[in-house]
Amino acid sequence: MMNKPFENAIDAHGPTVLRVCRAVLGMTPDADDAWSETFLAALRAWPDLPDDTNVEAWLVRVAQRKTVDVIRARSRQPVPVDELPTSIAGTDGIPHEADPDLWSAVASLPERQRLAVAYHYVGGLPHKETAALIGGTTEAVRRAAADGITRLRTTYGASAAQEGTR
Amino acid sequence: MMDTNNTPEFDLASALTVGADEMDSLRSELARRAADDNLLDVTYRTIDTPLGQLLLAATERGLVRVAYEREEFDRVLDTIAQRVSARILRTPARLDDVARELDEYFTGRRTTFDLALDHSLSSGFRAEVQRSLPSIAYGHTASYGEIAALVGRPRAVRAVGTACATNPLPIVVPCHRVVRSDGSYGGYVGGVDAKTKLLTMEGAA
Repeated sequence: MMNKPFENAIDAHGPTVLRVCRAVLGMTPDADDAWSETFLAALRAWPDLPDDTNVEAWLVRVAQRKTVDVIRARSRQPVPVDELPTSIAGTDGIPHEADPDLWSAVASLPERQRLAVAYHYVGGLPHKETAALIGGTTEAVRRAAADGITRLRTTYGASAAQEGTR
Repeated sequence: MMDTNNTPEFDLASALTVGADEMDSLRSELARRAADDNLLDVTYRTIDTPLGQLLLAATERGLVRVAYEREEFDRVLDTIAQRVSARILRTPARLDDVARELDEYFTGRRTTFDLALDHSLSSGFRAEVQRSLPSIAYGHTASYGEIAALVGRPRAVRAVGTACATNPLPIVVPCHRVVRSDGSYGGYVGGVDAKTKLLTMEGAA
């Protein structure tokens, strides 16, 4: 049974889980909610978790379920959201250091590519597991992830060159 | 075709930056919701004091641990996880009352603490000794032998020493006021320098 402080999991994996939630749901309050739901569920389950659990993969799987819940809740809303918001205004009004071009590039990927990239490249899950989570064959998910990352690399390379900061 | 699984020049996860302030606000929100759901078993924070950083940890019942940096905070938290609960969250915005009373103490404006304490990290004779320590007033000292007599086991001088050395709530439970019968200070969980500083500050040195 897990007898390590839960805080260690937030420290080590909190940012990764937030990236996954944002890659799936966009830079939205929904993504923050999915993060909170994920860690709340994780906190509840924590003491009973086998101590050899791969905590990050476990958290990413929990996050995947929570993002599905959010998407279902969205689909019940009267006004459909057909484009992911990409603004990154912080609650404190201070602009974050996040790269808006890259986040919006992620948001504008076709859905399958975006999910495949989110769970594999951001969340670290194997393609096979991503396929089990989002449907489709492992090979199709691998291709979607590869196409997505190629597109992002192109966008990111271009924007970084434009800024001349990287 | 390039192998997209091995592109060290493009680490997507690191490129998608997450600000420390964002993580802090998510933490606060999580702590709030966890408290609502009775899942916040232990909260902790650190504070800066004249004796260096102190870690403060509390349960719903009260302050459960005060730790000096030399005790290694990671080890302290591991012990709390094993002996109290692994549901531990760092919550900088909580434990304000404890932080305030300690600040008042270190600036000479407070001589006794008015805090709820959770003694679940000690048991038996050690707990009994520790509970007796607040009877030594600010600015005063007692010898290990006097405390042994006070708790009704006058020959248990060494055990009193052990109880002081393992006090989970130093400063608040004033084990620093217990000294050797020859007047020398003896050991201290925060180091002899810290004990000297505390007793000097209290005017007992």
